Amino acid sequence: MKKLIYIPIGVLLGVVLYKSEAASWFRIQEMFRFDSFHMYGIIGSALVLGIILIQAVKRSGTKSLFGDPIKLPDHPRSFARYMYGGILFGLGWALAGACPGPIYVLVGAGEWSMAIVLLGALIGAFAHGLLSKKLPY
Amino acid sequence: MFLQTWPWYVSGPAIALIMAALILMGKRFGMSSNLDTLCSLGGAGKITDYFKVDFKSVNWNLLVVLGSVLGGFVAANFLSPNAAVEVSTNTVESLRQLGFESAGTTYLPTELFGGEALASPKTWGILLAAGFLVGFGTRYAGGCTSGHAISGLSNLQLPSLIAVIGFFIGGLLMVHVLFPLIFGT
Repeated sequence: MKKLIYIPIGVLLGVVLYKSEAASWFRIQEMFRFDSFHMYGIIGSALVLGIILIQAVKRSGTKSLFGDPIKLPDHPRSFARYMYGGILFGLGWALAGACPGPIYVLVGAGEWSMAIVLLGALIGAFAHGLLSKKLPY
Repeated sequence: MFLQTWPWYVSGPAIALIMAALILMGKRFGMSSNLDTLCSLGGAGKITDYFKVDFKSVNWNLLVVLGSVLGGFVAANFLSPNAAVEVSTNTVESLRQLGFESAGTTYLPTELFGGEALASPKTWGILLAAGFLVGFGTRYAGGCTSGHAISGLSNLQLPSLIAVIGFFIGGLLMVHVLFPLIFGT
């Protein structure tokens, strides 16, 4: 039952992504055209507070609310997967105007065409899983 | 105020607090790993071992997804009397030249997401291809905007910086080089 807490957290995230317009295709266009500070402000301010909060958690050794140690492992060192994967995602992000979070938010908002994007994303994730042993990491 | 566009200095810190809440529950903030979980749920584990997971340890991320869908419903139906996104005039003009007449008047461009646009096979192709790139790219890179640009950079991870540079190379290429080819007449 305690897992149900993830639902209101998701609701909050959905409302913030929709109301900040980070889920709007037009805002993503504006960002990649460098025509407004809005998206950079959202990501930048999230980052500043995020760095502070994560450092605070790491240094205080706080345990999770469920009593387990909090693990924030380093990402495996590599270049290829982050750069190639990043470029492919960037192409899709700019075309769909949505990264994965906003895709779900927009389906909830009644933008049914986003379900087609979601279907594409699931096919893409599946294709990655199939090819994962053959890709450079 | 609450019903208008939320300013970046409210939205950004709110996202950081959501990330912190998930970390304090022993989880991580990332909205693309659930794509793998959904593949596993759909039986992809029968086809390749990559999708064999202990479902109980990852199903929390599907609850976050469920919440996000509900959040989108609430925000669109009860908190947004006017859904038009007032982007900068430069963006509106550039997009209108590409045929996006709805720029500045809607939340998403009707030319790509509206019911009429779906009558064209080209629209389906674009939406499926865009989704495919999002799904394949995020899983290959091991994260998306939330996992790398916010969580990873907040944790001062060099791999996340490489990924975010990749996001921008891809995004700039799409908007400035490929858009005129895809949407230009």
